[in-house]
Amino acid sequence: MTRLTVNGREVDVDRTDDTPLLTVLRDTLGLVGSRFGCGQGLCGACMVLLDGRAVPACDTPLWQAAEATVVTVEGLAADGPSPVQRSLIDHQAAQCGFCISGIVVAATALLAAEPAASEQRITEALDRNLCRCGTHQRIVEAVLDARGDLR
Amino acid sequence: MTIDPRPLVPAHIESNPLLGTWLAAGDGTVEVSVGKVELGQGILTALQQVAADALALPLDLVHIRSARTGGPDQGLTAGSLSVLQSTPALRHLGAVVRQLAEAPGNTSQDETAAYLDRIAGLDSSLDLTAFTPQVGPAPNRAVGADAPRVDLPEKVLGRPRFLADLRPEGLLHGRVLRPPSPAASLVGLPESWSSPGVVLVRDGSFVGVVGDREDDVDRALASLTGVAVWDERDTLPDEHDLPAWLRTTASEPTELMTEGDVEATRSASYSKPYLAHASIAPSCAMARWTSDDSLRVWSHSQGIHSLRDAIAAALSIDRSGVRVDHVENAGCYGHNAADDAAFDAVLLARAVPGRPVLLRWTRSDELAWGPLSPAMTATVSARLVGGLVTGWSYDVWSQGHTARPGYAGQPGLLASAHVGGGVALPPSDDPPAAAGHGSLRNAVPIYELGTRRITGHRVTDASLRTSAMRSLGAYLNVFAIESFMDELAADAGLDPVDFRLAHLTDARARAVLKLAARESGWGDPLPESTGRGIGFARYKEKGAWCAVVAEVAVETEVRVRRLTVAADIGLVVNPDGARNQLAGGAVQSTSWTTLERVRFDRRRITSSDWESYPILRFPAAPRVDVHLIDTDQPPVGAGEAAQGPTAAAIANAVQAALGIRVRDLPLTAQAIVRAIEAEENP
Repeated sequence: MTRLTVNGREVDVDRTDDTPLLTVLRDTLGLVGSRFGCGQGLCGACMVLLDGRAVPACDTPLWQAAEATVVTVEGLAADGPSPVQRSLIDHQAAQCGFCISGIVVAATALLAAEPAASEQRITEALDRNLCRCGTHQRIVEAVLDARGDLR
Repeated sequence: MTIDPRPLVPAHIESNPLLGTWLAAGDGTVEVSVGKVELGQGILTALQQVAADALALPLDLVHIRSARTGGPDQGLTAGSLSVLQSTPALRHLGAVVRQLAEAPGNTSQDETAAYLDRIAGLDSSLDLTAFTPQVGPAPNRAVGADAPRVDLPEKVLGRPRFLADLRPEGLLHGRVLRPPSPAASLVGLPESWSSPGVVLVRDGSFVGVVGDREDDVDRALASLTGVAVWDERDTLPDEHDLPAWLRTTASEPTELMTEGDVEATRSASYSKPYLAHASIAPSCAMARWTSDDSLRVWSHSQGIHSLRDAIAAALSIDRSGVRVDHVENAGCYGHNAADDAAFDAVLLARAVPGRPVLLRWTRSDELAWGPLSPAMTATVSARLVGGLVTGWSYDVWSQGHTARPGYAGQPGLLASAHVGGGVALPPSDDPPAAAGHGSLRNAVPIYELGTRRITGHRVTDASLRTSAMRSLGAYLNVFAIESFMDELAADAGLDPVDFRLAHLTDARARAVLKLAARESGWGDPLPESTGRGIGFARYKEKGAWCAVVAEVAVETEVRVRRLTVAADIGLVVNPDGARNQLAGGAVQSTSWTTLERVRFDRRRITSSDWESYPILRFPAAPRVDVHLIDTDQPPVGAGEAAQGPTAAAIANAVQAALGIRVRDLPLTAQAIVRAIEAEENP
């Protein structure tokens, strides 16, 4: 049994230590907002905040999340859309939207650390998040706009 | 002569004549079923706008239901055709409904509620083709506005929306062990193999597992990968010599134009490699097999009716017992593995009757086993006299661009080649001329070029499986034609835009080309090692006009800094959505053009993850500005107009920056070095 805190709630998970955190979230806990894209930590679609850091949940084994605090894209919207989420919707900054959960998480982590992040810092922070539809510019503009709401 | 007494009705009403196929009303709203599917292009929103206006209802009272068998069959959601095909159908539907249910002259709540009640009372068996609506066209209220996408909030907030998020009662997870190479067959799997929590499903070289828990099926798949023994053979072409391979492999010619031969003053050859659709989500599907006459499938296919027919044919069961519903997955950009995954799910579900099985491919299978966009090569020759082209000759070689369900008279689903007694999939076909061709898509230039000879050569090899990817052959054909136009412009000593205009009579084409040049600052000075290039085409020769100007900087690699896109897509239903689609198409083409290439040795595809198949990332994404022509001409589609022009614009910009003409994609540093070497040692 592994204990962790997910979106503010303590949960005990009865899966083996090496089970990917993403599988625990999606299959065991029913939190499907973190999307499965590659299973190798290379596309960013499954990013979650692990003790405040944006990490791919697919290559984070359960043992690494033991006693840790996990926040998923659902958790960021617990009190209504977060500033990053609201800005992404305002900018219509998605096409298929499969990558967007991970981008919400990565951008949120960046703005928490650097509330005045520059455009260049935003593109660097999103380097680990792949978008295949070609919506990069709108996403960056939405994150730039979200900065004001966070201050 | 017989006179058809029926009124002229839109094609998709003709093929789906019953009111109840399209419309259901109740609870104070109207649900309009369509045969199109959301792929991230915003079609549910655009069709909501069209339907709301057609029915004279407020936008928020109209819900669009995605394609399902039982709803209208509108063929594929592909080819930038959804708005073009659906608009007349929805307008006809709306006109009949407005007339029969007596649409009110005002939009007060009470009047609207009464109108909705009358709609709910309409006979669902009403034949829409028997009607000539007597009411005039409804005014555009929602059409032309930037209606927000109906699907984005759930996606941005991380709510269940995608197929892989389905969690019905009794759900099982499934995985399939794909062979390690295209020609491999399974020769050994230990009889004693087992893995906790899963059931093994085996039929010939088709091997899968089903289990209650996702981690159990993933562990079982890893275990199977380790113990399965395959017979593998070297069947693939030399990835470093694809143009020569295409030209020397068996092919079937199509003579598209034979106006005469050309005594050329210039000739050049161009090529593109195999490309992957590279969806961010691996393909998936859910199936529940209750009995031979009760099979349900949930799929992200672009053509759920043809998928149903292919599944029924592959299993020799009656299609009336197969129901397929579309559920969204990530963007597919053409025929990816969606249909194959659906059949995989069916084969797994058959082993556990009554239980829904959610099957998901792995990332490596998605990149290595999904159909590929074919490698292509083309040779262009032209005669230039006094600054004008007087003759044009074009040959293009490519495998076919469709292997969609039902192609070549076969179900065409991947696992049907792997099950016991299965036969290899036939060579890919090309869509017919009426559907805009495949290899020959956009092979006819829009320009006045004198005597033309244009021939396609469909390579019939099937060692690598190919099918439709956004814009099909137009990507290479427009790249070749528009690169060559720049080469001819240089021969003529003319500016590339002026040279094109000198060969262009179509007024809408000229307007788009000039708009792109003006908005991009064409002719303005640029710093050292940077260049500007243009590419232009009318998609499918009957769709959208699109011109792209690329500004690139070349240092250690090609960096596309800015794209200016100008387009005439006819009536714009949702301007913001159209801009998003056109910009996305241009950026995706930037990725294809500067980075992408499927890698393989003589046996296996080796580009099976995001490191070996890199795509464009945030730091390299260009700034894109999209400019739309304002017109009320009929809509002609937007999603695939920018890909070819963008490729040519980038290559022409590289030439402007470096003085080097790169004719083989992708435009990597190595390709530039090879082009320099070729110019030095011709």
